[in-house]
Amino acid sequence: MGLLSKKDTRLILDPLADDNPITIQVLGICSALAITAQLKPSIVMAVSVIFVLGLGNVVISLMRNIIPSKIRIIVQLIVVATLVIIVDQVLKAFAYELSKELSVFIGLIITNCIIMGRFEAFALGNGPWKSFLDGVGNALGYGVILIIVGFFRELLGSGTLFGFKVLGDSVEKTGLYAIGYENNGFMVLPPMALIVVGIIIWVQRSRNSALIEEN
Amino acid sequence: MLEHIELFFKSIFVDNMVFAYFLGMCSYLAVSKKVSTAVGLGAAVIFVLTVTVPLNWFLDQYILQPGALAWLDGNRETPELSAYADYDLSFLSFILFIATIATMVQLVEIIVEKFSPSLYNSLGIFLPLIAVNCAILGGSLFMQSREIETAALALNYGFSSGIGWFLAIVAIAAIREKIRYSNVPAPLRGLGITFIITGLMAIGFMSFGGMLTGGEDAPPAPQAQTSQTTIQPAIEKEIETTPLVVSE
Repeated sequence: MGLLSKKDTRLILDPLADDNPITIQVLGICSALAITAQLKPSIVMAVSVIFVLGLGNVVISLMRNIIPSKIRIIVQLIVVATLVIIVDQVLKAFAYELSKELSVFIGLIITNCIIMGRFEAFALGNGPWKSFLDGVGNALGYGVILIIVGFFRELLGSGTLFGFKVLGDSVEKTGLYAIGYENNGFMVLPPMALIVVGIIIWVQRSRNSALIEEN
Repeated sequence: MLEHIELFFKSIFVDNMVFAYFLGMCSYLAVSKKVSTAVGLGAAVIFVLTVTVPLNWFLDQYILQPGALAWLDGNRETPELSAYADYDLSFLSFILFIATIATMVQLVEIIVEKFSPSLYNSLGIFLPLIAVNCAILGGSLFMQSREIETAALALNYGFSSGIGWFLAIVAIAAIREKIRYSNVPAPLRGLGITFIITGLMAIGFMSFGGMLTGGEDAPPAPQAQTSQTTIQPAIEKEIETTPLVVSE
């Protein structure tokens, strides 16, 4: 680890578990839930957020001394919007079907609270390299949850992963379906995303009791 | 008139911002600990959505859409004759929409502060929060992707989506006030249980799905255009489950 000091590694690794943006900081839930019915859009979304947050953090960090604090929200929004437009145009050019599937949710990365949250909390007070690591780390933490939720919802809901029928064919009754297994159609509905995230939070907090809220 | 009524109820119940699309979840979860603050934020969201959706509708119609610039040389009615017919600025919509929203929020804050200090005191702290609320930008983006036809419909859409969001946050705040006295398993306390309750409420709201289609016909076209993965199965399921709900 010549490139990364111990502190730098923590910047990346902490958001993956004990400081996770979704389950602990409660940021960026909006777009996290709506696109996780399948694994593929979840991964595309995760990659897009890694790109936007990593680069955005660097840009904001470079400009942190020249942004007047009164208009910083608008400046931040413009920076994010520009990066999101790049993502959107790239997706439209190379993965048109997928960009149709994700529809408005790519645009909604702009108002993803993780991004504004990290700009405000980290990039405005730290150098570009650290901000980059922090951005990538938090976006990875976000992506991990997205991929877990997408994995379970697609596997249990449609019996597929990336569109491949991993559990056998539900029409011809092969594989698991031969012994009476049925897809849980409920998993692909929007409400189940909330409940799956709820369960992830439950599991995480049972394993680490320091995270339990007082209430 | 009929389409107005339909859009109104559809945006509140069927396409509810929170329960069908999870928009504005961050502030929904963060500001729903007390009913009074939830009412304040909900009112501010209704207000800002009602203002920004029609504004962005005009931007979309007169600047962003392919050929929308035709009015510049007087060919609004016959865009194909215009010198600007080939211009397509729709890739700029994110940046223009968010700029409109940020500016409007700032403007509204100044105006409210000047003319109604009491309203400002109750709304004021929430207004800056709203600029980055996904429900606001989501409203404008859905307005664009569903190709809402007139400014009046856009106004209606903004207003009724706001009401839907208001309903959702007030409901969850009321539930969270009560649940404080319940014996929730420790790891679920706070965030976890709120997620699960929201999920259950969303299931409840899905039963409104058949309200406008009678549970039989194909759902209205605009809905089908949005996210295929998530929305399409939802509609099919709604139609299957609706008769059960009615018979109960």
